[in-house]
Amino acid sequence: MGNTLLHPAPSHFSSREQHDSANHLGMWTFLSTEILFFGGVLACYSIYRWTYPQAFHVGSEHLEYWIGTLNTGILLTSSLFMALGDLAIKAGARRAVTWNLVATWLLGATFLGLKFYEYYLTAKEGHVPGSHFHFDGPLAPQVELFMFLYFATTGLHAMHMMFGLGAITWLLWLNHRGKLTAEHNAPVGMVALYWHFVDCVWIFLYPLLYLVS
Amino acid sequence: MRATEPTAKVYFLNYVALMVLLALTATLSRFPPGAWKTPVALLIAAAKLTLVFVFFMQLWYQRGLVRIFAATGFFWLAIIGTLTFVDYLSRGWLQ
Amino acid sequence: MPATAESPPPRSHSPNYLESGHTVGSWLLTLDHKRIALLYLFSITFFFAIAATAAALMRIELLTPAGDLVTSDTYNRLFTLHGVIMVWFFLIPSIPAVLGNFIIPLMIGAREVAFPRLNLFSWYLFMAGGSFTLYSIIAGGVDTGWTFYAPYSSTYSNSHVMAMAAGIFVAGFGSIATGLNFIVTIHKLRAPGLTWGRLPLFIWSMYATSIILVLATPVLAMSLLLIALERVFGVGVFDPKLGGDPILFQHLFWFYSHPAVYIMILPGMGVVSETIAAFARKPVFGYSVVAASSLAIAGLGFLVWGHHMFVSSQSVTAGLVFSLLSFLVAVPSAIKVFNWTATLHRGSISFETPMLYALGFMGLFTIGGMTGVMLATLPIDVHVTDTYFVVAHFHYIMVGGMVMAYMGGIHYWWPKISGRLYHEWLARIAAITTFAGFNLTFFPQFILGYLGMPRRYHVYPPEFQALNVLSTAGASILGIGYLMPLLYLTWSFFWGRRAGPNPWGATGLEWKTPSPAPEHNFDEIPVVTSRAYDYPPPQPAGASGGT
Repeated sequence: MGNTLLHPAPSHFSSREQHDSANHLGMWTFLSTEILFFGGVLACYSIYRWTYPQAFHVGSEHLEYWIGTLNTGILLTSSLFMALGDLAIKAGARRAVTWNLVATWLLGATFLGLKFYEYYLTAKEGHVPGSHFHFDGPLAPQVELFMFLYFATTGLHAMHMMFGLGAITWLLWLNHRGKLTAEHNAPVGMVALYWHFVDCVWIFLYPLLYLVS
Repeated sequence: MRATEPTAKVYFLNYVALMVLLALTATLSRFPPGAWKTPVALLIAAAKLTLVFVFFMQLWYQRGLVRIFAATGFFWLAIIGTLTFVDYLSRGWLQ
Repeated sequence: MPATAESPPPRSHSPNYLESGHTVGSWLLTLDHKRIALLYLFSITFFFAIAATAAALMRIELLTPAGDLVTSDTYNRLFTLHGVIMVWFFLIPSIPAVLGNFIIPLMIGAREVAFPRLNLFSWYLFMAGGSFTLYSIIAGGVDTGWTFYAPYSSTYSNSHVMAMAAGIFVAGFGSIATGLNFIVTIHKLRAPGLTWGRLPLFIWSMYATSIILVLATPVLAMSLLLIALERVFGVGVFDPKLGGDPILFQHLFWFYSHPAVYIMILPGMGVVSETIAAFARKPVFGYSVVAASSLAIAGLGFLVWGHHMFVSSQSVTAGLVFSLLSFLVAVPSAIKVFNWTATLHRGSISFETPMLYALGFMGLFTIGGMTGVMLATLPIDVHVTDTYFVVAHFHYIMVGGMVMAYMGGIHYWWPKISGRLYHEWLARIAAITTFAGFNLTFFPQFILGYLGMPRRYHVYPPEFQALNVLSTAGASILGIGYLMPLLYLTWSFFWGRRAGPNPWGATGLEWKTPSPAPEHNFDEIPVVTSRAYDYPPPQPAGASGGT
């Protein structure tokens, strides 16, 4: 039975409930680590915001307020569709799952499109930190610091979004092949938790970056 | 008795509440500057986060253990923030 | 179960985990927690050898006051290599990833860890991180010290900081995966009847360790990422040119790295609790207090990081706060030592090898802990900062504590891992050699440090030579103490006497299944009806207590 090696002991969970609750606890533990991961850069943000309030004010004025606000709305809407997709699979409605997941995916992609358009606008003004950074006015170094934090936090968030889009694609593929059922719904629940969490990160980034001024 | 499963209605209501909060914080930010603005914006963000955690992420329907795990990350975040600020806030004290 | 000393326990239906597959793929793609533990065992032994070689080169350099073996630049790279590899590629995975992976499921009566694929993936992350690190060493090394302080690491160092930081970053996610797996396993997969109050103390300490792994490591990942971004783009949050504060990096770094010290000692405390109970044949005194003190150490460990920064430009007020908080950690640590001592009291003690290591741990950890209290005292720390006093202190914790416990644990569970017994007298001699060599290496360093010899220099004034020669002599004895087990354990793996399920007559579920453990650990999931350490076990050994 050499082949069984490649599979975990089939019975290492005694029931589906035990398996599901283990998955759930594991996912929440992972989300705690994510909170601490973003926590490191948020701590930097807090210290510098407190040290250089004026520069952060000025820096924030140079971000696209309307894109930030629109993007927040887009993400919240995507979370609604994600939650409805989770509901649909628990009812076994596979077509509804597909539609909700596609809507989530498209909204997520729109968010990223707008985000990259905003990066482009920032770059055009010369506000990308680094050797080409250009800013007229006082406090230029501290504004550069703000822009660094802006790119670091939103960039990390965007990478999480891309990973989320990949995970939704995986779910769509699973659903297409009929691997998701009312019984076997855990993958949707796990991806949904992750997606909502990434949404929460943005909920905080929005006031910290766009609503300073 | 508390419901054990979320419904579509709960999700829609939650979504409406989130969008109202977004409109509120976006509008308030257009007001003239004031010391109240940042705390209020963060409070609204915290309210939104709570709504997402409790309903979309279904903490409302979970047992105690998962809720504790969900709170742990924020508690540890508070530790980093507090003790780091102990340093920065008190740097000028003895000069 | 009526058993006699001669009658072996019923053979398991499934083959033991070593015989369940012989291809390379059956090892490299295994989802068996026991095989993954062995993969970790081989890998960390390899990394230990590299880092130990760097230490040997440094000790040889320090034989004479002049810098006659290596240049100062090479010396910088040697101590960085030694620190990085020992911390992230030996100590942190040592007991958790090897013994924890092997023993936790057996101890709690489970067939596997909760997420076997994640477990295998963590080993690949660890190896990928190790490869990056090895690359950076071969390419020329890193000279920042294991602490990567900005702005030296982010701006000025011309060494291979990026590759090494990437290695630690990747391996860090391996640690997170391991910690996550253990937390869920301990919550969800305990055998029927194995309540929290009946868990072996090793499980409690691994649970506490996992909490730290999961909550601290992400902050390290973020701080290394910020350093890397600063190197790549030439601007960053720690850059003083922009008004950034390098001290902030130290805050983030030590927020991880002080709790990481407890990743490097809590698992050792768990092993010592097991071995002291087994070889004093008594329940651990004050079980619930010892269990709670593990969690207390994990929690308090997050509040004390600033004691590494007393002489940075951290505020004096923050220094005082961190100093006072640091004293608190001494309380749960002392509770453990007192309780182990009380466990020994009136026990029927025997001095098998694991017990020798455990007793060594108690003595050395006490010295390391007490000097830790000295260093937490702000004025004393200012006096001895960056001297060999600090070097000696943390080696008493990490080597005298964790490595002794790791060796003790390897010996204690070796029969379960290999199914064989090692040569008892050779092992006792090795344990005593290690203890003697360790003290001869590091006790002189306390004196050197107190006299003012700074760390991280390859030259020193001639009046320090006598103590340095002692230290180097001790290091060579210590080296023999580490080489001996490598040889006789390897020998016993193939040719040692068969061990039987429970050679020590110990309690605990891991001793109720054949040695080596069957592929799926237990033919039938055991049911637990009594507390841990239910000594004395019913005679004869082989039908030990616990049910």
